[in-house]
Order: sequence, then C-alpha cells, then structure tokens
Amino acid sequence: MSAAQWRKAMNFSGGGRNWSGGRPAPVTPETARPPARPAAGSDSVVPTGAGIWRLWHHVRWRHLVVLVAVLVYPWVATPFFTFQIGGQVLALGLIALSLTFLAGYGGMLSLAQMTVAGIAGYIVAILGVSGTPAISLGWPWWLVVILAVMGATLAATFIGWLSVRTEGIYTIMITLAIGMAFFYLAQQNYEIFNGFQGFQKVVPPVVLGIDWRQPMPFYYLALFWALAGYFFVKYLIRSPFGIALQGVRDNARRMRALGFSPVAHRVAAYAVAGALAGIGGVLLVWYNGLITPGSVGTSWLINILIIAVIGGLRHPVGPFIGAIVFVLLQNFAIDLIDRERFNLVIGLGFLVIVLFSPDGLLGWWDKAKEWVMRRAGGRRIATRSGEWRSSGGPTGVSTRAPMARPLGRQ
Amino acid sequence: MTKRTAKLFGVLTGAAVATVLTAGAQAQETIKIGVLATLEGPFAAGGQDGMRGAELALKQRGGMVAGKKIELVKASSDAKPDVAVNSTRKLVEQDKVQIMVGPLSGSEGIAVKDYSKSQPGVTFINGGSGAQATTLVNPSPNFFRFNTDGGQWMVGLGDYAYNTKNYKKMALIAEDYAFPYSQVQGFMAAYCKLGGKITHKAWVPLGGKDYSSVIAKLPQDVDALLVVLGGADAVNFLSQYEQAGGDKPMVGGSITVDQTVLNFKGKRRDSLVGTPAAGPMADSIDTPEWKKFVADYKANFKDGFPSPSLFATVYYFNMKAALDALEAVKGDLSGNQEKYREALKALKLQTPVGEITLDENRQAVGPTFITEVAKGADGTFYNKVVKTIPKVDQKLNMSKEEFDKMGLGSRDVPNCP
Repeated sequence: MSAAQWRKAMNFSGGGRNWSGGRPAPVTPETARPPARPAAGSDSVVPTGAGIWRLWHHVRWRHLVVLVAVLVYPWVATPFFTFQIGGQVLALGLIALSLTFLAGYGGMLSLAQMTVAGIAGYIVAILGVSGTPAISLGWPWWLVVILAVMGATLAATFIGWLSVRTEGIYTIMITLAIGMAFFYLAQQNYEIFNGFQGFQKVVPPVVLGIDWRQPMPFYYLALFWALAGYFFVKYLIRSPFGIALQGVRDNARRMRALGFSPVAHRVAAYAVAGALAGIGGVLLVWYNGLITPGSVGTSWLINILIIAVIGGLRHPVGPFIGAIVFVLLQNFAIDLIDRERFNLVIGLGFLVIVLFSPDGLLGWWDKAKEWVMRRAGGRRIATRSGEWRSSGGPTGVSTRAPMARPLGRQ
Repeated sequence: MTKRTAKLFGVLTGAAVATVLTAGAQAQETIKIGVLATLEGPFAAGGQDGMRGAELALKQRGGMVAGKKIELVKASSDAKPDVAVNSTRKLVEQDKVQIMVGPLSGSEGIAVKDYSKSQPGVTFINGGSGAQATTLVNPSPNFFRFNTDGGQWMVGLGDYAYNTKNYKKMALIAEDYAFPYSQVQGFMAAYCKLGGKITHKAWVPLGGKDYSSVIAKLPQDVDALLVVLGGADAVNFLSQYEQAGGDKPMVGGSITVDQTVLNFKGKRRDSLVGTPAAGPMADSIDTPEWKKFVADYKANFKDGFPSPSLFATVYYFNMKAALDALEAVKGDLSGNQEKYREALKALKLQTPVGEITLDENRQAVGPTFITEVAKGADGTFYNKVVKTIPKVDQKLNMSKEEFDKMGLGSRDVPNCP
C-alpha cells in the first residue's frame, strides 16, 4: 500500500502535519501545502529534473554550514580531534542511529544494536586479516566487508524475528538477553571468537594508495557512511514503508485492520537497522584496530542507548549529537576532576540532560528556539506539542503524541 | 527537522575552538608524564593502587627531577584494550605527554605496545601488565618494561613444588587467557623437566561463578592442584571445592593467594597454611629497602591498603625507572629522546626488592620470590618468603634454543600428562 493510500485511510488531509519522522511540526507555509503536493517533499520523491530543484528549495543555509563544518573540520582540528573524537563520534553515531530508527520510528527499544555491530566487527576480524592468523582467514577486504554487513543484517533480522512479538519492557529484556548471550559466546568460544583475548590488529586496508587508518582518511570514510546513513534514514522515514512503520508504532491494531502486517514491518525495520549498525560496526572495529568480548559487553549495549537518548530519539541527527557529548565526556571528564571520581561527572552530565529534557538535547534545542521566538515578539508562539494536540484529532493515532514521549509506548 | 542540524554545527565549532586553545598550552620547564591505570572495571582497586605506586615514586623525589618540575597527567581504562589505547592516544596526542607510563593488564599492554610504534617521539614504559608477548613478540623500540612478566613470576615454583613439597603429579585449574597461560608456562617449564606430571588441565572462563562441573572432573590420584585464578574466582573455587569435599593441597599463582584468599573464612582455612605461590614481590620481604618502601607508602596514602599491593609495587618500579633515567640525562629529552632511551637501557634500577636490569628486548630481568602461607602470632595469615631467585629473565632462565623450542605458553604448551 502506498503512502498516499495510507494517508487517505487515516483520514489525513495533507495540511497541518508533515511526516518528517511522525513528530508534530508547526504549520508553516512550507509544510501547509495543498494535498496534491507530497508532504515535505525533499526526500520523498524520486528526483526527476523538477525534483532536484525541489530538493534545492529545501536546502537552508544551516545545512550548508553544517556540511562545510564537517568537511573542513579535519583541516582545522588536530589529528587527535580528527581521529579519536571525530572518527569515534561518527562510528558510534551510526550505530546509535540504527537504534534511533528502531526506537524513534518503530517504537522498538533494542539493546542488541551493539551486538549486531559487534557481529559485523567479529566477521571482519575472523574472515579478514588480524593478529591471530591461526583463526583469521585473510580474505580480501571488500568481500569481508560485504559479508560483514550482510551477516549483521541477517543477525539483526533474526533478533527482530525473535523479539517483535514482544512489546515495551519485554523487548528490552529479550534483546538484552540476546546481547549477553553473544557476549558470553564470544568470551568463552576459543575456536572461532578467540575467547577473552579477541582479535588484535584488525586495521582498514590500504586502498588507492591511501592508508585508511590515518586520521584524515578515516574521518572522511566515517563521514561518508554517517552522512549516507543519515540521509538514508531521512529518506526512509518518509517512504511508504517508513510511514507505515510509524503507523505500526502508533497503533498496531489499527494498521492490522487496514491490511498491513505489523510483524513484517517490524522485522524489516530490524533488518534495516542491522545494516546500519553493521556498517557502524565495521567502522568501529577499524577505528579500534581490535575487537574483544568487552566491545560487545553490557556496558557498550547500554552506552549505545545512552548516546541515542541524550541526543534525542526524534530526529536522525540526534544520535550524532549524543555521540559528540558522549565521546567528549568520556575523553575529558578525567581532566575536570581527579582520579576515581571522574565517572561521577559523566553520570551527572547524562542525568542533567535526561532530567531537564526528556527529549534529549534535541528537546533543549526546541525549547531554546521557542524562547528566542517569544522574546522576538511571539511571531508564532504555538509550541510543537501544543500544535500537535490542537491539530491532531481525527484519528486515535494522532492523539497519542508519541514523539513528545518517544518511549511512551514502552 | 532541518533546523536542528545547526546544533551539530554549534557543538563541532565548540570542539574546534577547544582544540585550538589546548594546542597552545605547552610548558617549557615542565616534563609531562602520562600515567594510565584501570580506575574502572574489574581491576579498579588494583588500578588505584597502581596510581599510588606511581605517585609515590614522584613524591620521593619531591616532584622534581634535575631541576625540572614533573607533571603527572592521569588517564583511566577499564581493562579493555580499546579503551586503553583511546586513553593513551589522548595522553600522547592531546595532552602531549613526553613519557608514558602504563597500562595495567595484559591485553592492554599488547595493544598499547602496538600503538607505541606509531609514536616514535614518545617513550613508553609499562605500568603493570605482565603478558609475555608484549616484549617477546614484535617488540617496539620505544616500549620499555621494568617489571618482570607473568611467566617470570612463577620461575622456581615448579622446582619448589617438585623437590621441596614433593608433589609429583598435579592437576591444573586456571583462567583461560594470556596471563594464566604465561603463569602456567613459568611453572610447568621447570616442573615438567624435573619429571613432574600435570595429568589434567581445566581452563575456565574469567569471572566464572560455578565450578561444580570442573571440580567433579578433577582426578583423585594427584598430589596437589595448581590453581591460577584471580581474586574472586579463587575464593569461589576454594569454597566450592571445600563443599564438594576436596582435600588436595594447593599451589597458587601470583595473584591467587592474595588478601581476599588469606581472609577466607571456610573450614579449610587452616589447610591453606603451607600453600606455596610465587611473584615479583611479597608482603613480608625482610630487607630495609622493602620496609622503607612500605613505610613510605603508608605515610603517603592514608586511604591505601595496609601494605602496597602487587600493582602499586610494579607501577612504582616503572615510574622510578622513568625518573631515574631522567635524572641520569639531566632531564634532556632532545634528539627524539635518544639519550633518554639509552639511559633507560643502561639503567640498573634499585628497587625495594632488589636490582632490575633490562634485556635486549627492553624487558626486565629481576628477582622472583617463592612464598608460603604462614600463620602469624595474632592468628592472621600472611605469605612468608621461603626462597628468592635473584635474577630471572624472560626466557625463564633457559637457553634461547630451549625456550624457542617450547614456544609461548598456551592451553597446550607446555604439556606433560
């Protein structure tokens, strides 16, 4: 069923809401277009000649600023900031993006996304070249990377297939159990996973004469995939599949009544998230140069959740913002306070963010903008959530205001 | 949707500004030394004590070497090699330390050694890690280790168990990773050569809780058990072995018979008396140097342990080596630290346990202490030194050919069933 059919079925009038992630948006001239025009058409149409122009219409100065900033960044930053901060943020952000997609748009909070990334990392180490030649097969890197992402996708599909019949806290429990099971398997199996010691010296290949482990090449490699993942998710959430997925999130019973299969949509969402996490996992194992069971342990399963939540689950940029905060705190908290207390700073930082904004840092952004607007004379005072509640209405779905509390259905 | 991307820009500019600001702050008459230890994770207590050991070495010099102020920059890991490398990279590339001391555990050491090859301008000195491979396989020209490794720590114990304790046939239970492999090799190399038999090997995962199936498989026709387990694992094994009715005497690894085991409250407590073990130090070394070291430690760290732990001791060795060599070159780190590294190689390090020198792989040659659990006058247990082997090298005091023929310790090497 197409998005248009679905919108019709949902008694959707076309105005008053755009489907950029199903979150409520203020009515602006840009979104309140006649129904004939696809809502927020920037990514939802196949770019024909006119389509490309339409895309261009949606590019704002801030997009260009951010794009230029991330492209120029390694030229102004030290190699340390390029590699350890930049590279790590992009790799972790990509893995957290897969969780944002699942949780924010699919309503499924999976703790196993790091496990999926770890499976991709282990496949790279086992099939490719590592410091343990007795186990590693030394296959060419391109084949290994393709197999790693495919393996991660398969594993994620399997995890999804196991867990989609559960809801809320049970999804968390079952995915945590799967994550722990894989951790212990990796730690205790010596024939394939090399046990506690894992694999060392898993480095990116030298391709086109470039050593991709060097800070700048690695940064651009990670940036490419992070941007690709970001735009892919942005596209996907407005495609018919993405809209149906959000429908399943908001009211699975209603969607079933309309002839959709919630289970199929959810499993497919897991598969897509698995591919994203798999790419992130390959980048992460190349970044670290090694993989051990510790890389897929409980702390990392939860760190990915922390990154996604402090960034905000409402928009695909959230996990990257969360990863910036996370990586900066991890690296520099120890400079603020001595010795054994620095984890307190990290914990407090996260606590403050979550306490004062349940929507993560993205929520702060909205609040700040609202405040500025009000100061500027209240051109448009309506808040996003207020707008949502007043404009929602015809269907039971929209009154749930799911994105105001992204985990509301848990 | 799109408006939020500006946030990303804001944070990125913030990071870029921070880069520019910190890059300019480089001191002149201060030498920066980075110290990395596990302040989180399973070895958090040991890591904190390691930090104390490193601080003590600097305090004994009043924070100055050759008229230059020494600044310690600390970093933490959680015993995972990827975290250790991230923290080291931050110290070296961001905080611009000139000398790096750390890390604490085995696989971290191998990972940091690999990283050190990409930073030829910085001198790396080990902290507490004891994996053989760190300096034995593909050694790095700027990585030095002034503590002996897990294999060296067990040299002499095989001989002691076979000849003095008369254990001719033993069963092994050890954790399944690099450090216990080295420890078992250090024991078995000599034990097997003497004619001893290890008839059963049980490799258990690190952090195991249930040993019942392992205990059920232990053979009855052995004289003793070689138990190479750390801290909580050792206590868990001991209490479950007691409940299962086990009665064989034990021989311990270097981190097996520590204070947690000595404070074991089970019925078999008294049977612990006489358990031999070996390591690079012992609480009860009876020399004035060691007693001064313990007194200094107690005076400086009110929150520390009753006596410096193994990690405090080895971090102290490595930090003292870094400072002694710095004194020898009068704080001169110019010329890509060439002179400093020569001084490190030539150093005859005077430590509380005796003299430590380096071999051609920049690996320590130092003493090993054989201890036995004894009961003190007040009823507490302690490790009594029964024998000292003054010089142990990384080849376990064997010839190069003999050692190379045996290879690195693993689950199956060495073997004498």
